[in-house]
Amino acid sequence: MESIGVLLACPMNSYLEQQLDKRFKLYRFWTVPDKSSFLASHKDSIQAVVGNAAAGADAELIEALPKLEIVASFSVGLDKIDLTKCKEKGIRVTNTPDVLTEDVADLAIGLMLAVLRKLCESDRYVRSGKWKRGDYVLTTKFTGKKVGIIGLGRIGMAIAKRAEAFSCPISYYSRTEKPEIKYKYYPSVVELAAHCDILVVACPLTKETHHIINREVINAMGPKGVLINIGRGPHVDEPELVSALVERRLGGAGLDVFENEPYVPEELFGLDNVVLLPHVGSGTVETRQAMADLVIGNLEAHFQKKPLLTPVV
Amino acid sequence: MAAEDQSQTSQSDLPYVLILKPPPSFVLFGDHFFHSPNFQYLKAYESPLPLPHFLHTHARSVQALLSSGGAPVTADTIRLLPRLGLVVTTSQGLNHIDLSECRRRGIAVAGAGTIFSADCADSAVGLLIDVLRKISAANRYVKQGLWSSQGIYPLGYKLGGKHVGIVGLGSIGTEVAKRLEPFGCSISYNSRSKKPLVPYTFYPNVVELAANCDALIICCALTDETHHLISKEALLALGKDGVIINIARGPIIDEKELVHCLVKGEIRGAGLDVFEHEPDVPVELFALDNVVMSPHNAVFTRESFDDLCKLVVGNLEAFFSNEPLLTPVALDDLPHFSGRKD
Repeated sequence: MESIGVLLACPMNSYLEQQLDKRFKLYRFWTVPDKSSFLASHKDSIQAVVGNAAAGADAELIEALPKLEIVASFSVGLDKIDLTKCKEKGIRVTNTPDVLTEDVADLAIGLMLAVLRKLCESDRYVRSGKWKRGDYVLTTKFTGKKVGIIGLGRIGMAIAKRAEAFSCPISYYSRTEKPEIKYKYYPSVVELAAHCDILVVACPLTKETHHIINREVINAMGPKGVLINIGRGPHVDEPELVSALVERRLGGAGLDVFENEPYVPEELFGLDNVVLLPHVGSGTVETRQAMADLVIGNLEAHFQKKPLLTPVV
Repeated sequence: MAAEDQSQTSQSDLPYVLILKPPPSFVLFGDHFFHSPNFQYLKAYESPLPLPHFLHTHARSVQALLSSGGAPVTADTIRLLPRLGLVVTTSQGLNHIDLSECRRRGIAVAGAGTIFSADCADSAVGLLIDVLRKISAANRYVKQGLWSSQGIYPLGYKLGGKHVGIVGLGSIGTEVAKRLEPFGCSISYNSRSKKPLVPYTFYPNVVELAANCDALIICCALTDETHHLISKEALLALGKDGVIINIARGPIIDEKELVHCLVKGEIRGAGLDVFEHEPDVPVELFALDNVVMSPHNAVFTRESFDDLCKLVVGNLEAFFSNEPLLTPVALDDLPHFSGRKD
């Protein structure tokens, strides 16, 4: 398969890159001096694209690669791939579901604890060397807080299961109510926001869920509400969120994703009730390896004309 | 015995509760939250008299003492208070109280019961996730503007599937285990004795426990037996992929050895709410990204504070009206507490 051209959209994982290099003719898209002339000269050599949460295969790229057969995403999210165009052209699409569910859910709970219990602030306080007996960092209890989940898919359910062990009552919003689920359903995000202490975004990013966290939802959350985003940056109207946090109209936030990564609004840097992470939801040694193996497995299956492991299209 | 209107009843009618040093919650929140119309506080720390003089002066009036970790209740103190019938502590730990002397004198002790267990367990889990997933370190990275300038942050480690060893499966240890189960962790423990109805694997000593787990969580009391329980041997048994979380008491871990292991990479990381010589923390830890620290504040949530006020007042009122204490500490099967300062 060394003659099969694979275009790697951006640097994402050195093990993955190594494996792709070994098995295919690998093109590193971010190293070419001029992307359009590269595509023009290599359009007949590229049969696969490997993307991730940052860069995938939009309509323009798909049109530029007439020999493209498969897009394998190093992510579970598909928002960077033009699925309609892929379906139209019979291009297969795969992602990395299940292997990262636990890590993302773990991080969501980790963010809830970090925000409510001020773990990062406490750590900063001790490191400053200024800890004197009698000075303590006061925090908010997590056990028993009402957790509202937007999107009760694999990741949403995993978050619910974990939060339940902390005696957190669970409620959710989903496109449709799930009658077999025992958690309380709210038919709108605003209602969900008004009835929970901690709101978590765990749904896919689509046209419908773009800015699903807007001013109305933030107002409904109130000055004690905490927002956790382990979905995609564009789920949140970021300027609205920033002003709500700066003006203390919202109680706190734990954010792993942003509208314009790796750029994070600097107004958030000085806020002790906000925890900011550099999109590490699936960022563990174990899970990234499993994701990479899934990408390689899907590509090999495709080119060996075997059933895909985790097809989306 | 209820005094309806304090201004009408003479203050001297109300029984005294002695306080040697203000508990952290008095300082943080204010002592008016601990007020009761049924007793009054005798604050040694507000008197210009040196303590021994103060105690001699007021010894006969004191039937109850409100204590906290920073104000040890030693045999010497107890001997100066012939009418002492109750010690109430605001802390979870009891290592600062000479329980043997209390038992000898027939003095009852009221503790925190289980009001802090959830917060302590939440702290333990929060610290564990933070250390493995580098939450505090990555938050620092982003807030210093390094994500846009330096790029991708190093990978953390998965919590799911890890073997977690709990040292001390009491109320707090049990709450920790309960929380970690849905994360896919397998739980084992070491305790003074095996617990028959518990689904977790028991190891008879801490070194064996450490050798068989990826994360050790310290949830036991500080006693003479558990002092430096986590020794160099236990830390090396825990190993290079191992993490240790301490939300119990600093002296349970040999801190010098812990620092050495962390600096040398003999263990993967640590989450510490407590230290051997608080508020002093070994400066070598400040340079390490794989250590997460907190200033002994695992129980300092507003909610626990509310529960604590009710409990302290409730125990004292019960005592003074000859009712059963809300959270009596059993003094018959005591491990060894030397009444050492917390």
